[in-house]
Amino acid sequence: MALKTKTSTRIGVTALGWSIALWLFFPIFWMILTSFKSEVQAISTPPKLFFMPTLSSYGEVFERASYWHFALNTVIVSVGATAIAVVLAVPAAYSMAFLPSKRTRGILLWMLSTRMLPPVGVLVPIYLLARNTHLLDTCTGLAVVDMLTNLPIIVWMLYTFFREVPAPILEAGRMDGATRWQEMTMVLLPLALPGIASTALLSLILCWNEAFWSLNLTSSHAAPLTAFIASFSSPEGLFFGKLSAASTLAVAPILVFGWISQKQLVRGLTFGAVK
Amino acid sequence: MSRLKATRTAICTLALLLAGSTLSSAEAAGTLTIATVNNGDMIVMRQLSQEFEKAHPDIHLNWVTLEENVLRQRVTTDIAMKTGQFDIVTIGNYEVPIWARRGWLTEIKPDAAYDVNDILPPVRDSLTADGKLYALPFYAESVMTYYRKDLFQKAGLTMPDAPTYDQIRQFADKITDKGNQVYGICLRGKPGWGENMAYISSLANTFGAQWFDMSWKPTMTSDAWKAALNWYVSAMKADGPPGATSNGFNENLALFASGHCGIWIDSTVAGGLLFDPKQSQVADKVGFAPSPKGPYGKGPTWLWSWSLAIPVSSHQSADAQTFITWATSKDYVKLVAAQKGWVAVPAGTRASTYAAPEYVKAAPFASFVLNAIKTADPNGQTAQPRPYTGAQFVGIPEFQAIGTQVGQTVAATLSDQMTVDQALTSAQASITRALRQSGRAR
Repeated sequence: MALKTKTSTRIGVTALGWSIALWLFFPIFWMILTSFKSEVQAISTPPKLFFMPTLSSYGEVFERASYWHFALNTVIVSVGATAIAVVLAVPAAYSMAFLPSKRTRGILLWMLSTRMLPPVGVLVPIYLLARNTHLLDTCTGLAVVDMLTNLPIIVWMLYTFFREVPAPILEAGRMDGATRWQEMTMVLLPLALPGIASTALLSLILCWNEAFWSLNLTSSHAAPLTAFIASFSSPEGLFFGKLSAASTLAVAPILVFGWISQKQLVRGLTFGAVK
Repeated sequence: MSRLKATRTAICTLALLLAGSTLSSAEAAGTLTIATVNNGDMIVMRQLSQEFEKAHPDIHLNWVTLEENVLRQRVTTDIAMKTGQFDIVTIGNYEVPIWARRGWLTEIKPDAAYDVNDILPPVRDSLTADGKLYALPFYAESVMTYYRKDLFQKAGLTMPDAPTYDQIRQFADKITDKGNQVYGICLRGKPGWGENMAYISSLANTFGAQWFDMSWKPTMTSDAWKAALNWYVSAMKADGPPGATSNGFNENLALFASGHCGIWIDSTVAGGLLFDPKQSQVADKVGFAPSPKGPYGKGPTWLWSWSLAIPVSSHQSADAQTFITWATSKDYVKLVAAQKGWVAVPAGTRASTYAAPEYVKAAPFASFVLNAIKTADPNGQTAQPRPYTGAQFVGIPEFQAIGTQVGQTVAATLSDQMTVDQALTSAQASITRALRQSGRAR
């Protein structure tokens, strides 16, 4: 009887899991499907599930815009912002986790509170700073802003991961004569590597999808894939097919990357959850 | 140790990458950066601009295509902060006079060969401030009525040469067949100053309503406004498609093109799209008529033009003027006709285009468009004297916010969250407050 209940619960949970996964994936599936439709098919009512696929939307997208230019900018900005953020966040999280002061908690909360501010609230000062430092429409400018935007989350995540590392292990290193730097780079980092990797992955995904600053601080030279997508929205005329093709091309690399690294991501996110 | 080395190498590589990207952004002299929207005419212009670059080897064009609202925000930020990121900007006839009076735009002085008098007078006037021309139009639109000839024939109806709103309502009632997803009338319902309020303002004008009286007091609670909005809400509820509050120009275009609308009153730009069999399933069944008249029967209707202007922050205004005079010239129209066909030439800007027999033959709706633009009368008078200009908008900076706010209230009437009276009373209060805050009214 108990076995039967257990089996039915397992089936129920599996069905629920699949339903939620399909529900979440449906918009992406529909976007990919629409990208293979003609503009007339894309707007037909009721929507068509079966149709003769065409690559015309992809053809037009490649004809009108230089996809590789936008994709390269996205890679530079995302990787650059993530690398700088991790380099800055590791020592910050280390000091907060292992050398806390009475203000550590307050500083952590303050850092997180900066995420609560709507970006448009600081548009003018950031824009003026970028203009005055000649960083408008440069990958450097956008990477710095993306890095600063994600830094609080990265510090918080790393702080949480570092807290899970047992302090006696670090103490043992110190007993063996390790300096602070060696303790951090040779003992702590290898132990917290899954956590750091998942934090970096999350940061990469956040930078890849960031649209507000991309659209406001870049125009052509440093415009990333979010700007590429936005350029296919039209005030007058049919554009769903082309927009879907552009969106599919924009999300494809990060989707594949996320899929390949999902084990790492899940392992990192559950790091220390069970002792 | 080797890990440390690897980290250092990664940081150095990254620094080089970022430095490289900074250096590559330095703008070469002679490069014009053009901020534009993604519409059909602009796409054609972008393709054909290679001809311009061939003729002017010292000028290189750098295109930045943005979504309409993003473009407006980016260009406003750029000009207001004098960043000089853009040498040419695509703006509408709502922005041109306002920005020109603020000193944000460079005056355009085309030479005699350009024949500025060939630009249709209402369009030219809408881009002029204090007697000076500040932008050149590459495309202009007004409003007209599209209807399904086959549905009219089936119902035994004939569209008059000058339909009235009462007639339109009767026709819509007769051709509505909700069982087969055929809706008698499709109108804009998506909230926004350039979305539902563009149509509603035009409707209000012909019903004898207007936004403000001569002392800048809003007149939203007038009988004329009530009559106009009651017509709109009643027609949309009886004969309109479901979920109309999500429908803007593109959504209605999709509905009409896929055979789900009997009548659609909207921008003249839809004519070319509905007439194109590649984009429309009803290309051979579309009929055209002027915009319907309401009880007042006169007043401004609708005039919008996408135009090219030069911000004062541009350091290359001479080259910029060379390009925009080329892109809006008679020769450019001929180039489009030769490369893309006459039906693709920019509509609504030049009288010479409408005088070309090839164009009239290729675009059977051409005479309706020309007539609609000529009679749009954006500076004309409403039923009562008014202190502002503009047809489907009010030519004051506050209108973007006011129009969008009222648009949301109007949409609430379609979704039964408010009655027409409640919506108009709410609109009256919010506009009064907005104008008091801006200092325009006391």
